[in-house]
Amino acid sequence: MADAELPMAVDGGYDWDGRWNHVRKFLERPGPFAHPDFEPCTESLQFLLEMCKILVIGAGGLGCELLKNLALSGFRLIHVVDMDTIDISNLNRQFLFRPKDVGRPKAEVAADFINNRIPGCKVVPHYKKIQDFDESFYRQFHIIVCGLDSIIARRWMNGMLISLLSYEDGVLDPSSIIPLIDGGTEGFKGNSRVILPGMTACIDCTLELYPPQINFPMCTIASMPRLPEHCIEYARILLWPKEKPFGETSLDGDNPEHIQWVFKKSIERAAEFHITGVTYRLTQGVVKRIIPAVASTNAVIAAACSLEVFKIASSAYIPLNNYLVFNDVDGLYTYTFEAERKENCSACSQVPQNLQFPPSAKLQEVLEYLMENASLQMKSPAITTTLEGKNKTLYLQSVKSIEERTKPNLCKTLTELGLSDGQELAVADVTTPQTVLFKLNFTT
Amino acid sequence: MLFMVTYMPTLCCRLWGDHGQDTLENAHVCLINATATGTEILKNLVLPGIGAFTIVDGHTVTGEDNRAQAATELLQELNSHVSGNFVEESPEKLLDNNPDFFHRFTIVIAVQLPESTSLRLGSVLWSASIPFLVCKTYGLIGYMRLVVQEHTVIESHPDSALEDLRLDKPFAEFKNHLQSFDLESMNKKDHSHTPWIIIIAKYLEKWLSEHNYKPPQNYKEKEAFRQLIRDGIRKNENGVPEDEENFEEAIKNVNTALNQTKIPSAVEELFNSEQCNNINSESSSFWVMLRAVKDFVHSEGNRDLPVRGTIPDMIADSQKFINLQNVYRTKAMQDAAAVSTHVQRLLQSLGKPPDVIPDNDIKLFCKNASFLRVVRCRSLAEEYGVDSVNKDEITSCMDNPDSEMVFYLILRGVERFYQQHSRYPGVYNYQVEDDISKLKLCVNSVMQEYNLNVNIKDDYVHEFCRFGASEPHTVAAFIGGSAAQEAIKIISHQFVPFNNTFIYNAMLQTSATLQL
Repeated sequence: MADAELPMAVDGGYDWDGRWNHVRKFLERPGPFAHPDFEPCTESLQFLLEMCKILVIGAGGLGCELLKNLALSGFRLIHVVDMDTIDISNLNRQFLFRPKDVGRPKAEVAADFINNRIPGCKVVPHYKKIQDFDESFYRQFHIIVCGLDSIIARRWMNGMLISLLSYEDGVLDPSSIIPLIDGGTEGFKGNSRVILPGMTACIDCTLELYPPQINFPMCTIASMPRLPEHCIEYARILLWPKEKPFGETSLDGDNPEHIQWVFKKSIERAAEFHITGVTYRLTQGVVKRIIPAVASTNAVIAAACSLEVFKIASSAYIPLNNYLVFNDVDGLYTYTFEAERKENCSACSQVPQNLQFPPSAKLQEVLEYLMENASLQMKSPAITTTLEGKNKTLYLQSVKSIEERTKPNLCKTLTELGLSDGQELAVADVTTPQTVLFKLNFTT
Repeated sequence: MLFMVTYMPTLCCRLWGDHGQDTLENAHVCLINATATGTEILKNLVLPGIGAFTIVDGHTVTGEDNRAQAATELLQELNSHVSGNFVEESPEKLLDNNPDFFHRFTIVIAVQLPESTSLRLGSVLWSASIPFLVCKTYGLIGYMRLVVQEHTVIESHPDSALEDLRLDKPFAEFKNHLQSFDLESMNKKDHSHTPWIIIIAKYLEKWLSEHNYKPPQNYKEKEAFRQLIRDGIRKNENGVPEDEENFEEAIKNVNTALNQTKIPSAVEELFNSEQCNNINSESSSFWVMLRAVKDFVHSEGNRDLPVRGTIPDMIADSQKFINLQNVYRTKAMQDAAAVSTHVQRLLQSLGKPPDVIPDNDIKLFCKNASFLRVVRCRSLAEEYGVDSVNKDEITSCMDNPDSEMVFYLILRGVERFYQQHSRYPGVYNYQVEDDISKLKLCVNSVMQEYNLNVNIKDDYVHEFCRFGASEPHTVAAFIGGSAAQEAIKIISHQFVPFNNTFIYNAMLQTSATLQL
């Protein structure tokens, strides 16, 4: 198909004739399906090339694809955040990396690759955790797109963007909204969603779509194994800390010697119970909690996400409203629907969260509720409150000395702790950058 | 480091296993046209490790190398184990001078091909029984068409499969095993660690003896059956029921456990097909094994498929679980051995040696007997033929004028436009407006030829002119991922490919599969 365009002024020395033709057709031509705000003009391309700032979170399977797609669609001011370094097992999908790059930070290698191969593109890498940045960092971006493999990280990002929202007299200021495009994959399944914080369903609104991960019960692992996986977990959880085969080092899933040790011990355990099926590959998969990934699913989901970034940045089309599910196990199946906001979402609804407990309930029960409730799914909540004008930590797990000091509180009842009906509890957790306020309602 | 490099297990193996990976590494893929879509498809095949690819492309990259060569070099970098080749020739020339060229490939994938070339190539590949995947990225529309005469799938890996427990028709070895359990007299520990399969089977025996040998039929009876099991939970000295998770599991599983064991209709259809009834020396292993299973079903199998042999994990002590698992495994092995005998008999009657179909293949086949699938696509000639066009599919989809079918129809119109004007509509800004009415005429002429009376909204025709035959990278990447996975399904014979036309509407992020 002919793709040559009439001669146009070349921009900044990077853009040869016709370089952005495929993009310009959507920016400079009117059409019946464009967003109502869309105005075809030649300046749109300049905005894309020179001003639009995109943040990509993750430089793994999805991240590599996202960076490539965005760069080839005209985006040049791209930042990428990833806290990992490259592992050899990444090379069969994360195509911006080569064997010589193993051990280097993903964000840096990805940025180098794109900047070298796609003239004009200026990807800025950050070898950091998303939690290392605050509002001032995130506020600079027009659109943020996530290719993460962790629900906790997603929720944190979600919470961060919600915290950037500003309300005037209870009305949301649209200029404080930073759209969040989120993609996720697992084997042959994937999803892509568009979140407009404060306006559309957020990650926490639909938390029930992510069922909590099930770990094997301890008694099965310790005394009643039935599956090869149980034997491997036995070696990993019980034998390794006991036998310390490599001194004080903790088990490293990327160290073949470590895996070999776990593998041998798992085989022995399995033999005791006449269980078959323990293999080196299964051992590594269980130890590293590997979810099998394949290049094609990442390609599809990243493509859908990148296109949404383009739609939002250009108004060339109305963006996805708002959730796409993809599965190509049997043929190719997609399902597109509008996820609804949750009225009392703990992240985005601004509605105070209620905790209903009898005054005789122990703090332990409150802690368990925060962790097990399907809409909250907190990981290690820290609970504080104000008593007699002073800030009091009721329980906090993440700092050893405080954990030891507050642990006895778990066995005390709410009244014993001095809490009254209507008391406000502030809960902090890795799943959110801001504390969540709860109101204690005593039941009879 | 060297140790790590050579040992690296390919993670994709966990999805399609070593044998699946072998088929990939022995495959030679042909890609026609190294456009954005084409290179994306190939990238997603090179990364998981196909053995070899050959790019056929007569176009040159603006001003520089031939497109095929440039793409080959980039792709080779991704995986040093893959062998990459290129042919700087148009597919039309190859079809003119050397159509047999395509016979060496496991699958041919063509991208952005004009209609006439697709049809010519389609015919060559159909005669040679080589799978053909046609792909197109046109503006914000993605298109894929799979053309394969007969594609058999043993390992379809269905997302949700019912267990094969045979609780409604317990086999002798299971009944025997059941007798070794006496729930009433067991000690507390054994009672709460007895597998739920045993529990349901025991209580089912009780129920049958009290209900004229009729299993629970409706909701009311199933509720009563669940209650019967619940009453079996041991109570402490105060009459409070103990915490017996295995009994809770049993109660939860009553519904599925009481399902009738039967042969899935898809498998029955295969049994009744021509290829199964007419086994000859041309028959593939799949059909020979299928016939053997059918013969088994009509003899040793007692009208049921071979026992699958797997059970789900459940609360139980190791011993009881392993023993129960072995009962099913042993029965499955026996059934597979019986099927094997039928296979040998069939092979002998065909004058073929027994090792033509290894025992492991037969075991795998039996294990997957409920999930066998065969995909047969209509040829391109049938799709395009005036007498064979699938009018029903087209008109019923177009009852909804916004159905993805409209994009297929306009793509057909676009090809007609190309044939008439030697260019695609709306490539240059000044052409867009005038081309709308021209494209509309082309679309209508195609509809008339097929005697199709459907409503094609003007807005869609306008939008296709706006597309200007562009190939946006995001849409190319979506098709790149989708097509690559379908190709992997064809090569590995695992998971089920689509049949036969896939349309992706990137404007709304929707898609549809059409049978044309």
